[in-house]
Amino acid sequence: MSILKEALESGKFGVTAEMAPPKGYDFAEQMEAAEVLKGKVHAVNVTDMQSACLKATGLGLCIKLKQAGVEPILQMTGRDRNRMALMGDALAAAGFGIDTMLALTGDHPVVGDCRDSKPVYDLDSVGILKMLTKMEETGCDCGGNEIAGGAPKFYKGASVTPLYDPMFLQVNKLRQKVEAGAMYIQTQGIFDLDVLKRFLEEVDKAGIKTHIMAGIIPLKGAGGAKYMNENVPGIAVPQEMIDKLAAAAAEGKEKGIKGLPAKLGMEMAAEMIAKIKDEKLCDGVHVMAIGAEKNVPTILDLAGVSV
Amino acid sequence: MIITQKKPIEEVMAMVGDAKTVAIVGCNSCATACQTGGQPQIDELTKVLEAAGKKVVATTICDYCCMNLGVKSKMKAINAANPDVVVCMSCGDGVQCVAKNANNKPVYPSNNTMYLGEAVRFGVWEESCRFCGQCVLGSTGAICPITQCAKSLVNGPCGGQKNGKCEVNPENPCAWIKIYERLNATGELDKLSKTREDKGYGDFAYPRTISLRGK
Repeated sequence: MSILKEALESGKFGVTAEMAPPKGYDFAEQMEAAEVLKGKVHAVNVTDMQSACLKATGLGLCIKLKQAGVEPILQMTGRDRNRMALMGDALAAAGFGIDTMLALTGDHPVVGDCRDSKPVYDLDSVGILKMLTKMEETGCDCGGNEIAGGAPKFYKGASVTPLYDPMFLQVNKLRQKVEAGAMYIQTQGIFDLDVLKRFLEEVDKAGIKTHIMAGIIPLKGAGGAKYMNENVPGIAVPQEMIDKLAAAAAEGKEKGIKGLPAKLGMEMAAEMIAKIKDEKLCDGVHVMAIGAEKNVPTILDLAGVSV
Repeated sequence: MIITQKKPIEEVMAMVGDAKTVAIVGCNSCATACQTGGQPQIDELTKVLEAAGKKVVATTICDYCCMNLGVKSKMKAINAANPDVVVCMSCGDGVQCVAKNANNKPVYPSNNTMYLGEAVRFGVWEESCRFCGQCVLGSTGAICPITQCAKSLVNGPCGGQKNGKCEVNPENPCAWIKIYERLNATGELDKLSKTREDKGYGDFAYPRTISLRGK
């Protein structure tokens, strides 16, 4: 049974991290991070060519993580694979004991680094979830043909962007994802608890019942935060946080200490996690460290969260 | 209408190659409206060909280059002139129809066929339909998500819009926000509550033929 499912359904505070496969075939860095994350999180999302930039396929890293004793979450987007390829990946994943996945639409190839690639989008996130749910219910593949030995079961997840205008569209799509079989939801990075609270109220009002894990992005500095504000949809780092990071950088420069902004970013992330847990706002957190996965255990320690 | 764009003239001249005599076929419908296949464009191409030492031996404009019977009749004069090659200034459909009626002479396109579009004002055409064969406009406020959403999403937006603009081309508004606004205005937001049934692509293997004559 999916370890994340077990955690969330037994009322534990779920903790997931995120990792990208290498742009190459040397997985050493990912495996080092895996060793650090082992036992500190319930599972680790493996991204599917995030930002439409070419990487080794996620299934490859998922298998490696599984073999290293870290529970992987296979992210599946409809950007590069049609329904046959997605279902084939699901079966292959199940063959390696991978039982947790997360469906996404996927960034368009033209925003990535292989812009001549043909966008597929045979299925969107809702379509991927529906296809897997139907597979589980019928024991058949996407063409209605029986799957030898029966269909594998997945703990299926999806994502949501709490900061979105008009909110109706996000909540409406979230409801469709849940109806299509998503059992847990990870949010885009949250930097303002009021934004999260307003979103959760809308979810409640819509009568949507699911496990929501708040997305946490530890900031590394003022520049990065500003960049995300300008370029990443659904991200809004408050100016106050950016100012504090800038002040930390100035202090570091003055005292000759390196890494003060990143340290502050970790503390801010930890504070956010602790509040979310203490105020019981969400059922867990999803920490997206964007290359700094090794910091995740420290952040969780600071937040007083263990799995 | 079918929106066409002129190919670079070098590409057309490369196709014409060493041919000494050329006939030109224009189209009086979409390509005339797009200024890619009407009389002025035929005259323009004639000048270029003649400047390159070619002889334009015949020209004609079909009412619709995509209607075989009309094309067959217009091509009589073209074939009588016995050109080395024919340049067709229509959409890709018209080029194929003209070629069927060109007595095995080479037929070359002068245009690229772009999309089914709407003339939003003179000289400006917006893509509006991608011929998906499963029209959803009845539940999307008559705004096509297959065409206007860069990912052709049918169940609502992705998370990629920024300030209401598409991640793929920030000049384009997010189709799903437009759909939401239209349905909100028409009092039909409930149309978005149901996940669209996935009909798949099994019935859309091309090339297809639709006939009102039975089989």
